[in-house]
Amino acid sequence: MTEFSCAISGCMPGMDDDRRFELGDYEGAMARWCPGCGDHAVLTAVQRLLIAEQLKPEQTVFVSGIGCSSRFPHYLKTYGFHGLHGRAFPVATGVKLHRPDLTVFVVMGDGDCCSIGAAHWVHAIRYNMNMVALLLDNSIYGLTKKQTSPTTPQGFMTNTQPTGSFLPALNPLSTMLGTTNVSFVAQTAEWIPAHLYATLRAAYHHKGLGFVRILQRCPMYTPSLYERALRDPSLTELLVHDDGVNAPELEPIYVNRIVHDPANLNEGRRLAEDSERIRLGVFFRDETRPRYDDIRRPRKVSPAARMALLNAELDKYAV
Amino acid sequence: MALDTVESVGVASHASAAPTVLHVPEHTIEIVSDSGEGAQKCGQIFAAVSAKMGNGVWTVEIIPAEIQPPPRTPEGASGNRIRIGSGPITNWGDETHLVLAFNEQVLLSRHRLGALADDAIILVENLWATHQNPDVRAAWERAIEELASCHYRIIPVPMEELCLTIDENPRKGKNMFALGLLASIYRRDLARIDDQIAYAFRKKSEEAYERNIALLRLGHSWAEANLDFRVEVPTHPPDKALVVMNGNEALAMGALASGMDLCAMYPITPATSVSHFLADVFERFGGVLHQAEDEIAAVGVAIGASYAGKVAFTITSGPGLALKTEFIGLAVMTEIPLVVIDVQRGGPSTGLPTKVEQSDLLAALFAQPGDAPRIVIAPATIEQCFHVVITARRLAEMFRAVVVVLSDANLATGVQPFPRPVLGDEWQADEPDLVAVPAGQRAYEWDERTGLSTRVIPGQPGGMFTVTGLAHDERSKVAYGAGVHQHSSAMRSRKLAVLQQMLIPPAINGDADGGDLLVVGWGSTKGAIDEAVERSRAEGLSVSSIHLTFLSPLEPGLAEIFARFRKVMTVEINYSDDVNAPFITRENRRRGQLAWLLRAETLVDVDCWTRVPGEPLRPGAILGGLRDAVATLDVKHAATLTGWIR
Repeated sequence: MTEFSCAISGCMPGMDDDRRFELGDYEGAMARWCPGCGDHAVLTAVQRLLIAEQLKPEQTVFVSGIGCSSRFPHYLKTYGFHGLHGRAFPVATGVKLHRPDLTVFVVMGDGDCCSIGAAHWVHAIRYNMNMVALLLDNSIYGLTKKQTSPTTPQGFMTNTQPTGSFLPALNPLSTMLGTTNVSFVAQTAEWIPAHLYATLRAAYHHKGLGFVRILQRCPMYTPSLYERALRDPSLTELLVHDDGVNAPELEPIYVNRIVHDPANLNEGRRLAEDSERIRLGVFFRDETRPRYDDIRRPRKVSPAARMALLNAELDKYAV
Repeated sequence: MALDTVESVGVASHASAAPTVLHVPEHTIEIVSDSGEGAQKCGQIFAAVSAKMGNGVWTVEIIPAEIQPPPRTPEGASGNRIRIGSGPITNWGDETHLVLAFNEQVLLSRHRLGALADDAIILVENLWATHQNPDVRAAWERAIEELASCHYRIIPVPMEELCLTIDENPRKGKNMFALGLLASIYRRDLARIDDQIAYAFRKKSEEAYERNIALLRLGHSWAEANLDFRVEVPTHPPDKALVVMNGNEALAMGALASGMDLCAMYPITPATSVSHFLADVFERFGGVLHQAEDEIAAVGVAIGASYAGKVAFTITSGPGLALKTEFIGLAVMTEIPLVVIDVQRGGPSTGLPTKVEQSDLLAALFAQPGDAPRIVIAPATIEQCFHVVITARRLAEMFRAVVVVLSDANLATGVQPFPRPVLGDEWQADEPDLVAVPAGQRAYEWDERTGLSTRVIPGQPGGMFTVTGLAHDERSKVAYGAGVHQHSSAMRSRKLAVLQQMLIPPAINGDADGGDLLVVGWGSTKGAIDEAVERSRAEGLSVSSIHLTFLSPLEPGLAEIFARFRKVMTVEINYSDDVNAPFITRENRRRGQLAWLLRAETLVDVDCWTRVPGEPLRPGAILGGLRDAVATLDVKHAATLTGWIR
C-alpha cells in the first residue's frame, strides 16, 4: 500500500523519516465500547498492524460510517473520517482517488455495509481500490438497540422482529465472491486475536481492496451468537495457505484445517457457503485484477500548464 | 381548400425582380426536424456563424423527451431556436419569425405550443404533400388546415427531391441543404459556414465534408433563385475576442479555470453534459471525472476528495440534490469545503427533466435536518456560468463551506457569445501545503468573531484528528453538551454573516431613487426581465429591477432599497398560487421561492409573478405581468377581497 510516491508537492517538508512509532503514537481517545465488545479486539489488532508496518500517522486515514464500530477512528491517532451511515466507501473512494499517497482503511458495521450501504459496497468491490476494508459484523444493530440486521441469523429475536428474524441471513462472503472484480475476501473472528492480526496483515499487503469480515459478538444483544464454536474449536475450520493466512500458533487448538489456494475462486465460493462450520481465512485473492485508483491515477499538471490547455480549449469556442 | 394557404411553387419566379429585403433589428428562427435528422447541427452552425459575423445570438435547443421518438410526430420535434439581433441578445425572446421544418408534424408541435408569430414565415419540406402513402398525405392536409388558424406564410420547399441529386440518403444531408436556405435568406457568409462545417465534421472523412458543402450550396442556390424575400439583421463585427458556448460548457470550463481537479457525478438531465465536456479533457488537466454508482456516492466522493486536499465538486439536478441532502449536511457540520452545482429542471419528483425551472432555491438553502448554513449563488448569464465556479471554489475554501451553484436548463442549453475570459493563474487553487501543524492547534481553530478557521488535511504531521458529523468541539471531539453545540452552531453560522458584510448591495436597473415597481429576479431570467423592464419603461411605466446573485447570504441593503418603491415583486420560474384562484387568500397564498425568502428576510410585503411553463420566460409575458402589477397598485387588496367573497 505504500508504494505510491507523494502526489502532492512539498509533502512533509523537514520531516525526518527515522521516526519510530510506538503504540502511543496510534492511540486516540479512550474507547467507549461496552466491556467485552469485539471492537476492542479489532482496535488492538489494527494498532498492532500500524506498529508492525510503521505507518505514518499523518499518512493514514480511517474512514467509517455510523454505528458502534464506526467510532473506530476516534480511538486512533491517525487522520479519521467518521461520516454517514452506510457511506464510508464513497468518502474513502474520494480520499484515495484524490490522494493516492495516503493509506486508507474503511471500517464498517454489518448494517452500515450490508444494508444501508449495500449499493456502495458492491461497487467498492468492483472498483477494487487499494484500501483495506473491515466489516465488524456482530449480526445486530447495537447502537440503536437490537434491531435485525442483514446478517442476523434466521429466527433470532430482535426488537423489530420479536418472533424471530424472518429471513435467512445475508452471506456477505458469497455476495462479494459473486461480484465482478473482487480481489480479496477473508473472514476472521474477534475471539482469535492471532488469526485476526494475521488476516489484517494479509489484507494490508494485498494490492487492491482487501476486504475482511470479522465475526463478532455484541455483549449486549448477541452474546451467545458463537457460543458453540467458542466452546468447541473443532467447529471452526481454518483455511490455510502460503498465499492466504497461516497462524501456526493456532494449530494445537484449531485442528480442522483445509489447505485452500486463494487463487481458486470456485472453491472459495463453495467454502464460503453457509455451513455448520465457521470457516476462517482467505477465501479468494487475485492481485492481477484491475484497480480503479491505479487506472484513474491523476497526473500532475502545473497551474500555468492548465491555463495553457484551457486557452487551447477556448480557441475551439472562439468567435 | 386548406392548401390555398400554401404557396403552390417556390414563390418567386426565376425571372422575377430583386427580392424584398426585410430590415429588422432582430429575428428569431427555428429549425425543427425529427430526432436524428440533424436540425440541431444546422442550427448550431447558423448560430455560430451569425455570432462571428457580429450578431447578438441566443440559441436554445428544442429537445424531445425520448432519444429516438417515432418519426413525423409532434412530440418528436427536435431542433434549435435561434434569436439573432443587431445588438446583444440576452434571452430567447417571444415568438419565432421564421421556421424551417423538415415535416409538417414537428411544425405542428411548435404551432400548438404558441411558439410562432402569427405572421411567421414557414419553410417546410414539400415531400409529404404528394407522398405515396395516403395516410401521410391526409396528415399533411389536416396539418395545413390547422395551421390556417394563423396568418403564416407557408412556403413548400422540395428539400428531399433536390438533396437526392447529391446524396442517396437525404435524411443525412437535409440539414446542410437547410443551412444553405438560411444562409441565403439571412445573407450569411458562405466561407465562414464552410469553415464551421469543416470544424463540425472534423472527425468525418473529406468526402463527407465535400458532400455537405455541395448540399449547402444547393440549398443556397435554390433560395437565391426561388425566394422573393431576404432578412437583414445588421451585424456589428465584435471589437473584442468572443467565445460562444452553452452554460454547461461554461460551467465545465470555469471548473477547469478554478483549478478543480475532481468532479464526481451521476448522470442526470440537464446537468450531465458538464461531465461530457470534462470526460474529454479533464485528464489532460490532471483532473479526475468520477461517475459514481449513485448521486449519494457522487457527493460522498467529492467530500472525501475535498477532505483530502483541494476542493472538489459535484454536479446534479433537483432529484439528485434531494439525494445528496444528508452528505451536504455532513460537509456543513465538518466544515469540509464543497461545491455543488445544481442545474435546475422542473420538479417536484422526476418532474420535467429537460425543461427549465427555478424551483430548487429553498431546497438549496434549507433542505436539511438541523441548522446547516451554506452559501448559495446563482449565475444569471452564460458568461457568469464560467466565472461562478471560480468564485464558488474560492468561497468554499475561504469559508470552509458548502457552496451551492444554481444554474438551470435555460442556461445549460442556451448558447450565447461572451467576451473571451482572460485567464488568471491566480484562479487556480494552490496545492495544499502539507506543513506540520503547530503543536496545540485544534481541528477547528475558530476565530471567535468570524467563525473562520484554518483547514488541516491528511498528510500534515501533527494535525491528526477525526472529523465527525456528530456534534463536536473545536478539537473535533464528540461533545453533546448544550454549550458546545450552541457555540459550534454559532461559529458555522457566523461565517455567512461575515461573507454578507463583504458583499455590495445589488445595482438598480432603472430608477435608483425609487418608483412604482421594483422587480427582483435571480438566475437565468435576467435577460428576459431586463428586456421586459426596458420595454415597460419605454411605455412610460415606473419600473426598475435588481437581480440577485447571492441568495445565501442575501446581498445587503435589500430592505432599504425595497423601501424606495411602492411595490416589490419577484419574477421567477417556479410555482405560486394565482391570487384570483378559488380559496386563495393573502393568508394562504403560496408564493414564489425568492418572494418567500425576501418576505422573511426583509419584512416587506413582496409580491411575485411566477410561471412554470416548462420553457424560459418570454419577455413579452413578463411585460404583461409588470403592466398588471403597476395597474393594480391603486386597487390594493382587491384580490384578497375576491378571495374571501368566494
